Amino acid sequence: MARKQSTRRTVAITILAWFIGLLMFFPILWTAVAAFKSESDAYTLPQNMLSTPWTLENFGIVQERSDYFRYVFNTVIIAVLSTLLGLLFAVPAAWSMAFAPRTTPSSTISGWGWLAIVFSCGLIAAGVLYANGWHPQNAVVGFLLLLLCIVPPTAWVWTRATTDTLLWMLSTKMMPPAGALIAIYLMFNRNGLIFKDWGWINLSEYNLIDSFWGMVPLAMLLNLPIIIWMLYTYFKEIPVEILEAARMDGASLWNEIVRVLTPMALPGIASTCLLNLILAWNEAFWSLNLTNKYAAPLSFFISEYSSPEGQFWAKLSAASLMAIVPILIVGWFSQKQLVRGLTFGAVK
Amino acid sequence: MGTIQLKKVRKAFGETVVIPGADLDIKHGEFIVFVGPSGCGKSTLLRMIAGLEDITAGEILIDGKDMTDTAPAKRGLSMVFQSYALYPHMSVRNNIAFGLKMAGETPEQIAPKIAKAAATLNLTEYLDRKPGQLSGGQRQRVAIGRAIVRNPSGFLFDEPLSNLDAALRVNMRIFIMQLHQDLGSTMVYVTHDQVEAMTMADRIVVLNRGVIEQVGTPMELYNKPQSIFVAGFIGSPKMNFVEGNTIGVRPEHIAISDKKGDWPGTVKITEHLGSDTFLHVDAGKRGQITVRATGESNYGPGDKIWMTPDAKRLHHFDAQGRVTKV
Repeated sequence: MARKQSTRRTVAITILAWFIGLLMFFPILWTAVAAFKSESDAYTLPQNMLSTPWTLENFGIVQERSDYFRYVFNTVIIAVLSTLLGLLFAVPAAWSMAFAPRTTPSSTISGWGWLAIVFSCGLIAAGVLYANGWHPQNAVVGFLLLLLCIVPPTAWVWTRATTDTLLWMLSTKMMPPAGALIAIYLMFNRNGLIFKDWGWINLSEYNLIDSFWGMVPLAMLLNLPIIIWMLYTYFKEIPVEILEAARMDGASLWNEIVRVLTPMALPGIASTCLLNLILAWNEAFWSLNLTNKYAAPLSFFISEYSSPEGQFWAKLSAASLMAIVPILIVGWFSQKQLVRGLTFGAVK
Repeated sequence: MGTIQLKKVRKAFGETVVIPGADLDIKHGEFIVFVGPSGCGKSTLLRMIAGLEDITAGEILIDGKDMTDTAPAKRGLSMVFQSYALYPHMSVRNNIAFGLKMAGETPEQIAPKIAKAAATLNLTEYLDRKPGQLSGGQRQRVAIGRAIVRNPSGFLFDEPLSNLDAALRVNMRIFIMQLHQDLGSTMVYVTHDQVEAMTMADRIVVLNRGVIEQVGTPMELYNKPQSIFVAGFIGSPKMNFVEGNTIGVRPEHIAISDKKGDWPGTVKITEHLGSDTFLHVDAGKRGQITVRATGESNYGPGDKIWMTPDAKRLHHFDAQGRVTKV
């Protein structure tokens, strides 16, 4: 009897799992099907899924209207460069935090002391602005006021113990990105905070809006906390004695990181890269707000088909499919690479 | 050359003082063992000699030169780690060659050195394997190979045998002693195992809470411990302390009789080792006393016996645990 009951149970759980799985997969399935239907048929999905004819016309139209490969190129540039740039910062950062952590704060100033410093520096900056009209016409003054607001909190973070620094990094991901949108928009924009005619120097010819110079560092900074955290976790698993052995063997810091640490952490670095690549590939919020043509990635490409002047569900689906396929393929193949991994045998 | 001198070497992590100030003179070709309970600072002291740990104050001289702030690799010392610390992604050959490559040697210079080290260590057939494919003893030998191939003036061993099983440990112990005889280099060896210390060392450095309690040959430490700590740490089973810890006597220096003697007691537990028998005796107000008897001893639990310590081999200590002259 018990066995029968457990079989029934298994069947019930299997059905439930499939139901939930399909429910979660449904949007993707719907998109994948709609991409291959005509516009009119796409509205009536899914009940006519099999009765209506399949077509490839959406892909042709999408490619014709907007140059798909240019968006792919832009996305690859932003995703790949931001990942590489991120590694350049994250590997040394994670290395130092994992292998030479600071256990106690390096400053003797108390938390309240720091709060007073940060607060009074902000007050001074506000006071200067208030006395001279709220808009600094001089780039140097503006820059100095900005420093006055940025340096004390940075110095405070600088003196924290490693665990605090890590938490602080993570905390930067806690704020909704929209919270910083206006500030970053003004920093990127022509005639914003930085790129404008300051009188003695005219920076209005330059701006970061819709440029790789803006988007690559932005994408890198967005994901940097995550890369550092991931690498930190992977590095923590590497016995510090192996690095010390390399030091005894005369390896320079460069050789220690490149020839000993990196090969050992390769599976971790690879999966970190992959995650960062996917995050940068799919990033939409900043791309939609800060790009419109030259540096526009695939997320912008998709959004072109969700316009208010008409309904293009089939084309939107086709565009979405085209946007996710490359990263899907990359993910699929590198996943197999990652699973293979490396077998550690250095330590007992 | 391979002399190592420590002059008032001090180590503190923030407020915590690990080593208040250590002075030590290691002669060329000596086998020195640092021994002490865990947390006594013996590994820290070794790592400071290696250069892996900064020194808060004092100086370290290697071959007469001040190396206090010299990078680890520039000190002419090799180190064997407790966990072997092999490079898992490199073959045995490359593990051994890594230090030579870092020193800028050419493949032609490196190859014969590796062949020689591999032959010494019986590793020739394993040179193309990865560390993960080796047994514990083989990994340990690779770690030693990595150390000897650089031809250092001194070797540092940080509890190198503690990850091996008992039988292998005895073999490796003899192997390292043989290596010391063959190479004639200075070796500094850290262990918490006093048997390893006694059997291997030319001189033993006993550490307790970061302080060097005593330095001496194994027999000096055994016969003339300067403090109650050293007396209790060296020798197995450990020395008996009676009369409020002012008198110490080793189990092997007590004669037993069932008729008369100085201290009466009741046998509680007997341990037969074949060659010897250790009796754990309840001596009333004197506490528990361990006595060595012959292997054929027939005393069993509950037997009343009399114990007579050898008056010439009594150790007297003052209230601070230092030895007093009698």
